[in-house]
Amino acid sequence: MPRAVTTRRKTVNTLAAWAIGLLIFFPILWTILTSFKTEATAIADPPVFLFFDWTLENYAVVQERSDYMRFLWNSVIIAGGSTLLGILVAVPAAWSMAFVPSKRTKDILLWMLSTKMLPAVGVLYPIYLVFIQLGLLDTRVGLTIVLMLINLPIIVWMLYTYFREIPGEILEAARMDGATLKEEILYVLTPMAVPGIASTILLNIILAWNEAFWTLNLTAANAAPLTAFIASYSSPEGLFYAKLSAASTMAIAPILILGWFSQKQLVRGLTFGAVK
Amino acid sequence: MYPKTSLCVASVIALAAATAAHAQATTITIATVNNGDMIRMQGLTEDFTAKNPDIKLEWVTLEENVLRQRVTQDVAAKGGQFDVMTIGTYEVPIWGKQGWLVSLDDLPAEWDADDILPAIRGGLTVEGDLYAAPFYGESSMVMYRKDLMQAAGLEMPEAPTWEFIKQAAAAMTKKDKEVYGICLRGKAGWGENMAFLTAMANSFGAKWFDGEWKPQFDGEAWANTLNFYMDLMTNYGPPGASTNGFNENLSLFQQGKCGMWIDATVAASFVTNPKDSAVADRVGFALAPDNGLGKRGNWLWAWSLAIPAGSDATDAAKKFVAWATSKEYTRLVADKEGWANVPPGTRTSLYENPEYTKAASFADMTLASINTADPNRPTVDPVPYTGVQFVAIPEFAGIATQVGQEFSAALAGQQTVEQALGKAQALTADEMEAAGY
Repeated sequence: MPRAVTTRRKTVNTLAAWAIGLLIFFPILWTILTSFKTEATAIADPPVFLFFDWTLENYAVVQERSDYMRFLWNSVIIAGGSTLLGILVAVPAAWSMAFVPSKRTKDILLWMLSTKMLPAVGVLYPIYLVFIQLGLLDTRVGLTIVLMLINLPIIVWMLYTYFREIPGEILEAARMDGATLKEEILYVLTPMAVPGIASTILLNIILAWNEAFWTLNLTAANAAPLTAFIASYSSPEGLFYAKLSAASTMAIAPILILGWFSQKQLVRGLTFGAVK
Repeated sequence: MYPKTSLCVASVIALAAATAAHAQATTITIATVNNGDMIRMQGLTEDFTAKNPDIKLEWVTLEENVLRQRVTQDVAAKGGQFDVMTIGTYEVPIWGKQGWLVSLDDLPAEWDADDILPAIRGGLTVEGDLYAAPFYGESSMVMYRKDLMQAAGLEMPEAPTWEFIKQAAAAMTKKDKEVYGICLRGKAGWGENMAFLTAMANSFGAKWFDGEWKPQFDGEAWANTLNFYMDLMTNYGPPGASTNGFNENLSLFQQGKCGMWIDATVAASFVTNPKDSAVADRVGFALAPDNGLGKRGNWLWAWSLAIPAGSDATDAAKKFVAWATSKEYTRLVADKEGWANVPPGTRTSLYENPEYTKAASFADMTLASINTADPNRPTVDPVPYTGVQFVAIPEFAGIATQVGQEFSAALAGQQTVEQALGKAQALTADEMEAAGY
């Protein structure tokens, strides 16, 4: 029987949830607000919250100065490409670890995660040199591969956790019915794990979209994504906070909208298997 | 089906045509920082591409520290990602010596190398070869509030002493009204607090190294510098000064919270711009202070364009560098955006131009500040290094950032001046020994 919840308690919970939500969202809200201010209002002390002369000037300047669409397109290709490539590699990997574990599966999983413990800058120089040799510097292909590799441990881990929640008997039954390995993964496992795969994809797109170490270090003009677009508005000599905020807002808008639309899917995926 | 097919065919033809059109064009990639003069140049490149239709320009704009790291990495590994890079007076002598840059001695005669200000040219020349073309130069100076100075019953001399600065700071400070007599850099970093403090130390007769490359933080001159700085900042500076860099102080000054600010000459155009600055009509300028020892506490810096040795489009890159740093470019900016907006501090002819000196109220002070800084003889005693607010050796950036952290910690009250100097001496000695000096 569900626990009875009083209206008062419900109100308190809702208010608390909203307060925490707003607190977490506040930096983004502040960035968006600042993007509509003039440079002088942006640095005003005490800060102005809502009552200022709203202006679109910063967006006009950013639009005029940078080719936003080119950066956006690069971001879409790199984030989408690396995620899809990652899923292609990770689904079979996670399947084998979840359903045919060996003695060393746990070790392999831990070892994979341990690669994330090394600061990225530690391997910058070797990767940079390899990229020069292979002619991959400043190419979308190169960046897609690197981002796929750095996110792969997380993709495999997430998928592994979801797959573990799927009863092995169902796959066994499929095998008994004569399904091949490919059919088993494609037509039995994958449809059942759709919420998990979807949330893995979403999370990885977000991670790849926001990745700002490799994307800044391995690109110049051709493959630079939106992170480089934001970085180009940061200035050590001159206060351009409003323009920087406009650039940031333009860079996060697509991923923010994607996040909003797929909120249900994301939450469902993240809590998948939490309750049996 | 048909519309789709014809669309495909049309796209292929269009693509082929575009490829053919670009087949002859050389593309040069230019790495640059995000500041007013550079952004203005990006907006005016049509003039260049119209004269050189066979050259296509690609811009990569990055934050200063990221740019420095990116271009260092690229030039050292010969990545060849950039054909023109924006670098400063610190990098040019080091990279020139390493053979990482292309010599610019063969730029066309009309570029007129002899017109470059001698102090700036000296900083970009290695063993007689020019390795970078200055785009704009800057020094540092005192910016002050004329109204507050008047209210305090004082008059700023054109060339103040540090004692006067202290006296004025004391008279202008009204902490209850959030007005602080002086704002100075406190944020740790070799290009932040250490640029200011190294230049200030020169005017106190301090130096980084003696003739044998032994660090000198244990000397009296550094103790005097740092004690004076702490005294100024703790009594008359804004709260939380240990995290203030150029931008933070600019913001404070523009809001009318600083009586004086000693920083880059480039700030003059920001604080006098009525659009952003609440005190635009009340700002005066003076030379950086001295202590009567013959050296002033001002620095010298030039953002310059250089061509990395790994570039495969050297000729096109040289054409661009010559265009961007030419007298014609200056005239182009003046025609389009007015004389006050031309890149300052690189050419003698600019300061002989009455139109410019009339339009830019800070022109004389900028020139005088640049001329009083000598990168080859930065401080009172002779030293084995070049550079005014830096020491042009590869190890400096790392060492000075650590020393800057010690000084910033002292300003934050976490340690005493003696402790900070002691640590600075020890760590510099260690690093220099490890580097084989």
